[in-house]
Amino acid sequence: MATKEYAGKMLELDADGNLKNLNDWNEDIAKAIASEEGIVSLTERHWAVINYMRKEFIEKKDAPSIRKLSKESGVDTKELYALFPNGPAKKAAKISGLPKPKGCV
Amino acid sequence: MKNLLILGAGTAGTMMLNKFNSSLNKSEWNITIVDQYETHYYQPGFLFIPFGIYSESDVVKPKKDFFPQGVNVIKAGIDKIEPKANKVKLQNGNELSYDYLIIATGSKIAPTETEGLKGELWYKNIFDFYTIEGALALSNFLKTWQGGKLVINITEMPIKCPVAPLEFAFLADSFFTEKNLRNKVEITYVTPLSGAFTKPKASLLLGNFLERKNIKLVSDFSIAKVDNENKKIISWDEREVDFDLLVTIPTNKGDDAIERSGMGDELNFIPTNKQTLIADGYENIFVIGDATNLPSSKAGSVAHFQADILFKNFVSVMKGEAPSEKFDGHANCFIETGFGKGILIDFNYETEPLPGKFPLPLVGPFSLLEETKMNHYGKMMFKWFYWNILLKGTELPMKSHMSMAGKKL
Ligand SMILES: Cc1cc2nc3c(=O)[nH]c(=O)nc-3n(C[C@H](O)[C@H](O)[C@H](O)COP(=O)(O)OP(=O)(O)OC[C@H]3O[C@@H](n4cnc5c(N)ncnc54)[C@H](O)[C@@H]3O)c2cc1C
Repeated sequence: MATKEYAGKMLELDADGNLKNLNDWNEDIAKAIASEEGIVSLTERHWAVINYMRKEFIEKKDAPSIRKLSKESGVDTKELYALFPNGPAKKAAKISGLPKPKGCV
Repeated sequence: MKNLLILGAGTAGTMMLNKFNSSLNKSEWNITIVDQYETHYYQPGFLFIPFGIYSESDVVKPKKDFFPQGVNVIKAGIDKIEPKANKVKLQNGNELSYDYLIIATGSKIAPTETEGLKGELWYKNIFDFYTIEGALALSNFLKTWQGGKLVINITEMPIKCPVAPLEFAFLADSFFTEKNLRNKVEITYVTPLSGAFTKPKASLLLGNFLERKNIKLVSDFSIAKVDNENKKIISWDEREVDFDLLVTIPTNKGDDAIERSGMGDELNFIPTNKQTLIADGYENIFVIGDATNLPSSKAGSVAHFQADILFKNFVSVMKGEAPSEKFDGHANCFIETGFGKGILIDFNYETEPLPGKFPLPLVGPFSLLEETKMNHYGKMMFKWFYWNILLKGTELPMKSHMSMAGKKL
């Protein structure tokens, strides 16, 4: 099983390289994953998205799509791409310690 | 008397109507179906219209040809469902009440969701092929087009028949080759996905096909807007792709009636139990076909597999038992690859498309994940099958659940 060290802790990863356990996550780990993804510092706007994503996931058991994010998190699509370049839904899910959004077939 | 109301007489609604009509006791049940239109379109045929393989007459029949006797057919727009009151309001002001409701209102394209898509160039240099109007306009355009940059773009997922855009690309390659124009047409496939398709094995195979056919793949591209003046599509992260001819698959959404009813998600798809097909939160409402939010493909073949499951669960619920049949996400899609050949894929929620034979293990006649002439005949036979068997809700000697027999891991 794949593991990786983030913020001084060895954590289990899933097949996509996202955290396996929701509860392993904390804010320092989010910062560590973000910097690995090329996001140097997490601003208040990043946190608005991350907090919304975790709340949604805990309620709905699936990470939200970009469309849902832009409709409900208070951050529009344009800004989502600026905050989390190259696939905001996927990237924000990873930083939020969630599995990759199931998306569609 | 109990009332069974079906909303939408497309592929799924018509299929369910026929299934129920032949099995429910008429002295106990009133069956009613509502649709706004009189014409049934064979949507899978839209793919072939731009290339002159099918004409309009191949894909239209009156809906009434598929309605059995003794059911109530209402031609009207649906305004909204009032699920707590077990009522449906029609746009003509009438109201219908039901004991059980089946929602089969499908999905449709929403080009106005993307800035500039339905602008000056709409049906001049920008076309869809997911509607009869778009497919016919594109067919007209292609009759005289002398070549240039053809861009095929998926706006966002999910879309119905997720393989159709790839088939369009393959058929375009074959069409321009036969017209001796291929060296004048640059084909680019622009998708929000990370590869040619969603499922890893099929994505790899289909990606190889794109390469072999000299079709350029631009992946992870989420379109933000169309620049009509400079003929470009621009992504949210500001990448640009130039086009002379843009074939778009716009955002797909459930019907506005679903939004008006407060029953949809952010795309007006109805949250539905992925196994029982019962609408989340309502015990007497079933949802089938493209109208659901299920993570299965939005395809006629899928609706067909769902129909058997829905029917059995309906019977259980009616008797006061728990719905015990489980839909597994089974999909079975022929993919046209051009030059008279095709691929077949068979998969479900859990298992991605695998190589093997279908429907009979080792025998076929269809080959899974392999390009053959027989698979192309399968796709062409689907039209006959659709009009004569599928819509009539006939039981098939084929299981609704996916089978692993004859497949190679
Ligand atoms: C280009 C293309 C290629 C395809 N290829 C394939 C293929 O190869 N194989 C395959 O299996 N599938 C294919 N499909 C998909 C297939 O056509 C659909 O999945 C299928 O038709 C879905 O059936 P449905 O009953 O859910 O929706 P539909 O058949 O679209 O029916 C919905 C019905 O509801 C009615 N309705 C909706 N809202 C209202 C309202 N407010 N008031 C009144 N009536 C309303 C509509 O008028 C319509 O008749 C393709 C689709 C397209 C567009």
